[in-house]
Amino acid sequence: MTGVPLSWYLILSALLFALGVAGFLFRRNIITVFMSIELMLNAVNLSFVAFSYQLKQVNGHIFTFFVMVVAAAEAAVGLAIILTVFKNRETLNVDEVNSLKN
Amino acid sequence: MQHLWLIPVLPLLGFLLNGLFGRRLAKGAVTAIALGSVLLSFAWVVKTLVGLGALETAYIERYFTWFQSGDLRVGADLSVDRLTAVMLLVVTGVGSLIHIYAVGYMTHEGGYYRFFAYLNLFMFFMLVLVLGANFLLLFVGWEGVGLCSYLLIGFYFLKKSATDAGKKAFIVNRIGDFGFSLAMLLIVITFGSLDFGAVFPAAASKPESTLTLIGLLLLLGACGKSAQAPLYVWLPDAMEGPTPVSALIHAATMVTAGVYMVARSSAIYLHAHAAQEMVAYIGLGTAVFAATIGLAQNDIKKVFAYSTVSQLGYMFLGLGAGAFSAGIFHLVTHAFFKALLFLGAGSVIHALEGEQDLRHMGGLRTRIPVTFWTLACAWVAIAGIPPFAGFHSKDAILLAAHHHAPWMYWVGVLTAAMTAFYVSRAMFLAFFGEPRGHHHPHESPPVMTAPLAVLALLSLAGGFLDVPKFLEPLFPLSEGAHDFALVAISVVAGLAGIGLAALFYVVKPGLADAVANALGGLYTLVYNKYFVDELYDAAVVRPVETGSREALWKGVDAGLIDGAANGVASIARATGGLLRLIQSGNIRSYATWVVFGSILVLVAIGLVGGGAR
Amino acid sequence: MDVILFLAFAAIAVVCAVNVVVQTHPISSALSLIGVMGSLAVLYLLLGAEFIAMAQVIVYAGAIMVLFVFVIMLLNAGAESRRGRSLTAQLLGIPGFFALLVLLSYTVLRLFPDAAHVKFGGFTGGSAKDVGKLLFTEYLLPFELTSVLILIAIVGAVVLARKELE
Repeated sequence: MTGVPLSWYLILSALLFALGVAGFLFRRNIITVFMSIELMLNAVNLSFVAFSYQLKQVNGHIFTFFVMVVAAAEAAVGLAIILTVFKNRETLNVDEVNSLKN
Repeated sequence: MQHLWLIPVLPLLGFLLNGLFGRRLAKGAVTAIALGSVLLSFAWVVKTLVGLGALETAYIERYFTWFQSGDLRVGADLSVDRLTAVMLLVVTGVGSLIHIYAVGYMTHEGGYYRFFAYLNLFMFFMLVLVLGANFLLLFVGWEGVGLCSYLLIGFYFLKKSATDAGKKAFIVNRIGDFGFSLAMLLIVITFGSLDFGAVFPAAASKPESTLTLIGLLLLLGACGKSAQAPLYVWLPDAMEGPTPVSALIHAATMVTAGVYMVARSSAIYLHAHAAQEMVAYIGLGTAVFAATIGLAQNDIKKVFAYSTVSQLGYMFLGLGAGAFSAGIFHLVTHAFFKALLFLGAGSVIHALEGEQDLRHMGGLRTRIPVTFWTLACAWVAIAGIPPFAGFHSKDAILLAAHHHAPWMYWVGVLTAAMTAFYVSRAMFLAFFGEPRGHHHPHESPPVMTAPLAVLALLSLAGGFLDVPKFLEPLFPLSEGAHDFALVAISVVAGLAGIGLAALFYVVKPGLADAVANALGGLYTLVYNKYFVDELYDAAVVRPVETGSREALWKGVDAGLIDGAANGVASIARATGGLLRLIQSGNIRSYATWVVFGSILVLVAIGLVGGGAR
Repeated sequence: MDVILFLAFAAIAVVCAVNVVVQTHPISSALSLIGVMGSLAVLYLLLGAEFIAMAQVIVYAGAIMVLFVFVIMLLNAGAESRRGRSLTAQLLGIPGFFALLVLLSYTVLRLFPDAAHVKFGGFTGGSAKDVGKLLFTEYLLPFELTSVLILIAIVGAVVLARKELE
């Protein structure tokens, strides 16, 4: 036993992802929700890199790179939307952003 | 190129102008457009016919392919041969005169522009019907004139009887059109073409049974359009329309379309003996039947309407007896004198401010002399007095009938006597004796009497247009010699009819009622038109109505179709109501659903799919 | 050594991630998230992903999180209110979390039962050179498309931000 089993990495990834889901579901601050999403993305990235090690291929790294790019774009647009929502509604609580229903 | 297309398109232009802008145009402009388009069309017909010369063979202009389906090509082709030439002159000539007359007749009516727009549209379709070089184009015109007929019968659309009559005409015509459509399908199957030029030369080589079927189906179509038994019932009711319409559409032109079509298809009928025999029977039966009804009618227009049905029967008798040219000849002269009769009747009605009942007329001879004298010309023409128009054509038909089967001749002569009787009756009741109404009759304006005068001239002299001779290249003349005994008998019959009418209604005015009472049930039967309308009502209309209301409406429509539609709607609504609960509008609840869905996918992949490497 | 490094940074990552979720003030969450990303960068290095580790630090921890912090500051977001918490969420939250964790782990382990052992230097194909080579040959079209995506994102962000400034 000379190294860490790869499954540990995967379980760490699953743990982080589950934490992200929990934050995504239970937090009400829209920015925190957003950060939970980033956490989930990071968890997925970790599993990508881990698989890349397992398969001895760089493709996993490429996917991680693309995820980062998309995450950057998403953060830019998402935060702009949050700004707009805040300017219009004076709130960051997702429970109060419910005009889809009414 | 003779630019045949101009002939129908000119009235179409008139229709479009008047139909689209007529409401805003001055009355004079509407008149100018309506009259101008028809007169120009007439002028173009004359110019074309002069330019085409003898017309020994058909002259065809092909414009474009209407549609092509497999080997079947239907083109927008117009053609002129001698038969078409005759029809063109009648349609545009009589049509022009009636347009002029209508200007005077309709002056005080509402919907002036609408009337002339419809009338022009009718001219367009009628000319397409006559000019079309294939069955389908003929059918387009055929349906189009039916539409215009419907529109014009129901012209006084506030009057329920008028709209009912329009619907009746349209529906009864559908039966005939159904036959026509089937005939066309059969022609396509048999001949692979609808062009006259391709179908007729090939007719001789086809089996007689097929040709007979085609001929009978075409005859069904002709019966609808030309008001032959058993489909004649719509024509008397069609008199609800304005009188110029009755004259143009329901006497002179449209109702003769069936005659034209049968004559056009003569090549088929010549090789379908049974079908041609059927044409003769139907024609003869209708002629007698309608003439007897005409004997007892009191509405002046109804009398002439049944007369029209009867005369159309004559034409069919001629066609069925093989004398196609005699049938067309009678079509021409009939167009003259029957248009004149209707226009004259219109003038009488106009003079009496809407009175149509013969029993309330009388003594008009001196009050409206121009109308009387012109009508008198039509009278002698239809009664078959030599040498006026009706004599020549009726005679040609009767001779052909005698040649065909002598008993047909005798029935025809009887009909001729009845024809003379009922027209004379109408004339005597309207113009002789004492005035029976409280009206102050006034003569019609010159714009109405001038066309009457022209038609009167044509009724008198029209018989000398030797139409059968002109049509000889198309329809070879029968070799039957002029038998003067037969001619004399029919003339005597006509005179007898007039004499009898004079006896009943002038010499001894009480005699008619006495005879009517003596005949009792027979008179009632005839007076009520043999209860044919009631019969159809009970046999066809009621069952259809009841079936529609009970089975189709309440059962199929309300129950099945509405039920299905409502059922689908309520299912959708119920489903939506359930799904609505999910749509809380709360972002986090949506997020929960997203996670829930991903977990489902995960479970599917992790537990079921994928599998270990 | 590998095991120690992994366990240390995995522990940091988990603690920070838990902190992200449980902190009520967004700025605490954001700082914790930076911790998660930093420790993840080390784990990437352990897995031989040099380029990705650097990109993680520069793009995620650097650029994106700065953006988050900047927005939090700009909006002056305060602590989350504790009112109106759903009882079912409280009751189901923790068990649900563990259920999800077990499910994910089970799925992963079932799909990869014979996973290799990770040793630092066991895979050296993650250098910037190797990643770049693949990125500009096989993945050239997606790469170019992401540039379009970023352009669109920039334009979108500008439009959204400009609108509310008016």
